[in-house]
Amino acid sequence: MAHLSIRKACWETFKRDCIALARHPMDFFNPLIFGLLVTLMFPLGLGPSPQTLGGLAPGLLWVIALLSCLLATDKLFREDFEDGSLTFFVLSPQPLYFLVMARLWAHWLSSGLAITLMSPLLGMMLYLPGEATGALVISLLLGTVSLIFIGGIGAALTVGLKNSGILLTLIILPLYVPVLIFGAAAVQAGAQNMPVNAYLALLGAFSLLAVTLAPLAVAAALRINMDAG
Amino acid sequence: MWQYLVRLYHKLGSPRWFYQISGQWLPWLAVLSIGLLLTGTVWGLAYAPMDFKQGNSFRIIYIHVPAAFISLAGYYIMAIAGAIALIWRMKMAGIMMRVCAPIGAAMTFIALITGSLWGKPTWGTYWVWDARITSMLVLFFLYLGVYALAEAYEREELGNKAAAILALVGTVNIPIIYKSVDWWYSLHQPATIKLTQKPSMHPDMWWPLLVMIIGFYLFYAVLLILHGRAEILKREQRTQWVQELVN
Repeated sequence: MAHLSIRKACWETFKRDCIALARHPMDFFNPLIFGLLVTLMFPLGLGPSPQTLGGLAPGLLWVIALLSCLLATDKLFREDFEDGSLTFFVLSPQPLYFLVMARLWAHWLSSGLAITLMSPLLGMMLYLPGEATGALVISLLLGTVSLIFIGGIGAALTVGLKNSGILLTLIILPLYVPVLIFGAAAVQAGAQNMPVNAYLALLGAFSLLAVTLAPLAVAAALRINMDAG
Repeated sequence: MWQYLVRLYHKLGSPRWFYQISGQWLPWLAVLSIGLLLTGTVWGLAYAPMDFKQGNSFRIIYIHVPAAFISLAGYYIMAIAGAIALIWRMKMAGIMMRVCAPIGAAMTFIALITGSLWGKPTWGTYWVWDARITSMLVLFFLYLGVYALAEAYEREELGNKAAAILALVGTVNIPIIYKSVDWWYSLHQPATIKLTQKPSMHPDMWWPLLVMIIGFYLFYAVLLILHGRAEILKREQRTQWVQELVN
């Protein structure tokens, strides 16, 4: 194991998480079902009028995506922490920074990408204007990356705690504010046939920042939690 | 000079030394801060001239502005203490960081409450989704997150380290959050509410405010020291010097 190159180690980590996902397909579907259920709640609460729903849809869809990413993030490191394999993950000779990055990308495939692919359907259910669908998909594609990477920080910080659900929300949601603002603004602009490139560029910039910096914090947080064991 | 600073730094790392030296500072700081706060309050509330547009309701700035100052500065104080605790593993810095969170949250809460009390007579409503108010609310939750995370750990040192990481992540994010909330507000700016441009302050109004700001900063230091000392006693309760002190 000690001779594994960083690239190889990252790839193996990534592959391992993908295989684990394939063996537990419900992990993939749970956030999607959650998204559908929340989408069902809005017409029931706000009334079925297409005007009302269509006007609110950009914000609602982004909040749904945000919450389902948050929900999926909670168990990112939990199972591995409980069965002890996280210790080996942290102790591995390769730099933890890159391994964490590989894991977070694998996690993004199962949550961020999944909700992005399902978003046109949710948009249809909430009468999102057709012109905005492109902006919705691209903004989610870019934005969910930062949602998952920032969420990873929260998951790593709370991995050793018993009831982490509300705590994770309290830690992470304030950090999601910029992504939500620009993501929802992109879809809003798309719905009004206005240019969306500036918003997408900003979302991309957030994601780049999150991808490069968040693994540092995640690695540090995991190390702290390993001290506890 | 440099040698002296290095020695001071090493001494500060020792909870016992900090406990003793802060015990000497505390009465001075407390008397000074209470004196300044009383002077500033009486001066501001009774003697400063009335604002010709807002009447007497403007006087709440003598509480609001200092609390808002400290809630913003306090986050950075907390993050810097957290960084020192993580990088140089200084025990005292970890303790101070933990103590900063609830005090900072309280200051942010005071700023929010006084702001909304001022908003009712001035804007006609307690709450407005204005850029600054919204960012203060986000800041409040950032403080609460750090505090809740530190409290959630059973082992205090681990909780302090985890909270320090979160505080540092928040520091990277705060400028981004502020800019984005500003931008969000300029996009959705409601036309109904306009903040009347306030004229540059009259010196008679400004002096009591300055006294209050300094008084609040000293009060903040007193609170930090008081809570820090309590934390030290809790943390070091098994050591001999604490045993001797208590018995």
